[in-house]
Amino acid sequence: MAFFNFHKNTFKHGIHPPESKDETNKLPIKQFPFPPVIILPMAQHIGAPSQIVVREGQEVHRGQLLAKAGGYVSVPLHAPVSGTIRKIANVPTISGKMSQGIFLEAFPSSTQEVLEGEPIDPETATPEEILQGIQDAGIVGLGGAAFPTHVKLKVPDGKKCETLIINGVECEPYLTTDHRVMLEQENDIFTGIKYLLKSTGAKKAIIGIESNKQDAADYLEKYIPEGLPVSIKVLPVKYPQGAEKMLVTAILGEEIPSGKLPIEVGVVVVNVATTAEIGRLLPHGQGIQERVITITGPGVKKKGNYTIPIGTPLRFVLEQVGVDEEISEVYMGGPMMGVAVSNLNISIVKGTSGILVFTKKDVKRSPKTYPCIKCGACVDACPILLNPSKLGILAKFEAYDEMASNYNLMDCFECGSCSYVCPSHIPLVQYFRLSKQIVRKREAIKKEKVDA
Amino acid sequence: MLKKTLDISSSPHIVKGRSTEDIMRNVVWALLPVVFFSVYAFGLNALLVIFTATLASVLTEHLLCKLSKKETTVNDYSAIITGILLGLSLPPSFPLWMAFVGGVIGIALGKYIFGGLGYNVFNPALVARAVLQAAFPVAITTWYPAFLVDRFTTISKSVLTFPFMEPQYDAISGATPLAAFKFDGVSTSTMELAFGQVSGSAGETCAIIIALGGIYLIARNMMSWRIPAAVLLSAFILSGILYLFNSELYPSPSFMILSGGLMLGAVFMATDMVSSPITPLGLWVYGAIIGILTIVIRIWGGLSEGVMYSILLANAISPHIDSVIKNRVYGTKRKIKAA
Repeated sequence: MAFFNFHKNTFKHGIHPPESKDETNKLPIKQFPFPPVIILPMAQHIGAPSQIVVREGQEVHRGQLLAKAGGYVSVPLHAPVSGTIRKIANVPTISGKMSQGIFLEAFPSSTQEVLEGEPIDPETATPEEILQGIQDAGIVGLGGAAFPTHVKLKVPDGKKCETLIINGVECEPYLTTDHRVMLEQENDIFTGIKYLLKSTGAKKAIIGIESNKQDAADYLEKYIPEGLPVSIKVLPVKYPQGAEKMLVTAILGEEIPSGKLPIEVGVVVVNVATTAEIGRLLPHGQGIQERVITITGPGVKKKGNYTIPIGTPLRFVLEQVGVDEEISEVYMGGPMMGVAVSNLNISIVKGTSGILVFTKKDVKRSPKTYPCIKCGACVDACPILLNPSKLGILAKFEAYDEMASNYNLMDCFECGSCSYVCPSHIPLVQYFRLSKQIVRKREAIKKEKVDA
Repeated sequence: MLKKTLDISSSPHIVKGRSTEDIMRNVVWALLPVVFFSVYAFGLNALLVIFTATLASVLTEHLLCKLSKKETTVNDYSAIITGILLGLSLPPSFPLWMAFVGGVIGIALGKYIFGGLGYNVFNPALVARAVLQAAFPVAITTWYPAFLVDRFTTISKSVLTFPFMEPQYDAISGATPLAAFKFDGVSTSTMELAFGQVSGSAGETCAIIIALGGIYLIARNMMSWRIPAAVLLSAFILSGILYLFNSELYPSPSFMILSGGLMLGAVFMATDMVSSPITPLGLWVYGAIIGILTIVIRIWGGLSEGVMYSILLANAISPHIDSVIKNRVYGTKRKIKAA
């Protein structure tokens, strides 16, 4: 309520799942070996798939353009390794859909030097040139969403970006990639911030870090370059603080209006690993070839944080790190919002932040569901302050339109806090995912009818 | 080398690991001290009444599940809670066959007919008690004194009344503090009320033990603290205003809070999750309705006690509270309107 509105460096509600980060947060980032064959799906970001510009049998150099952006909301793809294009065919992706893809066979013993492109100087380049450079580098949100970064950075006409927020929260349990990137790639991060400040016109940048990464906050604080308007804000640990809306509220105390983007309150939020990637690639005009991934979970033998080439087959990754005989579930991303893998023949993509391997006994989910007893645990957990209990009941009755019109269904960003706390084990967030899809489809149909 | 098939599931892949069953089981734990005190104060009579009501509830739940060819839901502990609460809300010398009927009614009419756990509109134990109050008005208002010397050795005649017979009462019978105040103008001291040195329903007499059970559940995050807070606070404020207005005519607020079933109702009955609202503000409104109605019935109504009807009325309003009072969703303005 308004008269109790003390700003406490955090957002309302949320949950505290076990962090499970201790096994990997002290391990420095290691280079992963190249797989014999890299498989690159074209649809690995939000937006139009990339368009292939190479042909079968062609020899490519590491860093060479393989596919160009398929439109404005799209990014190009570069060769993660020097080699030969063996095949262009459909490949499986994590969503279960097939996508056009490139099979790239690595040269067994080449230097793997990366091709240099046109460098972009943060001092002299115009904001438009920087945005173009970010798109040309194939950069998407590395936190997991894989939304093309240049689109996000484009400040719409009539809006102004005051603050750039760098997201180093990493609120998902198990994941430690952003943590390690902050501890090891400070120069890249600050160079990236220079580009981002220039391209958005923001006056200052704030790096948001949760207090379980105090070491990273202290480390970055030491290395802030002279004259760069960057500050660091340490936030209490709470899931889902890494969500854009929650992070903006935690740092600035302002809420982003329903259905709007952070720019509505003068903010652009960029993930810290994405920032580091921009800072690393743009000075050399290169494209993204690899990313840092946490491989962990009770089923993994050699847990750690690895730099892995994009397109490395998941099967190869798991064979290299060694997994338990009894593995039963593999997730890409964190345990709260990550997606369960049905097929080990999919590849690492730009949005893969973690690989989690669970054996049968680690999967604690109970198969037994009870009726909703209206205990209100979900209401107290929802960071958007929805009523998941009521939404769940409405979803059962297929009252999707009422969910959207009276209970703000479309504000749900599927963080899973409600499902996490539900003592009746009701798969609430799964209901909401499906309901949102149906509402969107219905709206699209309605719109078509109006247009026709 | 790698297993070919993997299990898939939708996120989140980790869970808090608390189940509905855990919550219900802990409510039973919290009720046990109340039961022990009840047996300590009222002896074998109370033990038999509580046991019979619980047995009837559990049996009914099990039988109804079998009859509708469903897996039995006795294991979720909710029927046990209904039975214990019903037993605790009855006079200690209540005929067992009537308590049994109450247990059957509570589960069958109060819960199962709506669809079982999670779907009941009213607190099942209170539905049973309301029916018993209507059916057996004498039996349910005949009180048995606390701490009789022979309470652990003898069983009242009335308790063992043959089914479908009117009970015969022993010569001795007590009056509840509320009835004593309402009909005879006799007040009872706060200490006696807090420590249960008085007559009343089997489980309502010791306010402190009930409050401790509530604190345990609140501390374990298995009960909303807002409901008991709202009930007790609103009852205290309203009776306090009346007391300040005329302390001859109206009882003191501490008497109102500690006497009768208000503490038991506020802590264990109004807090039934299923039949109470879900948003924080809604819980305050719901609790305040119960507290105010209780005082209104006690002071201006024909009955000396009003907790049961207050909670049942608030149960009925609860879904409407939920559709009118919603949380202010992030990034929107608060709107109070009926859906």
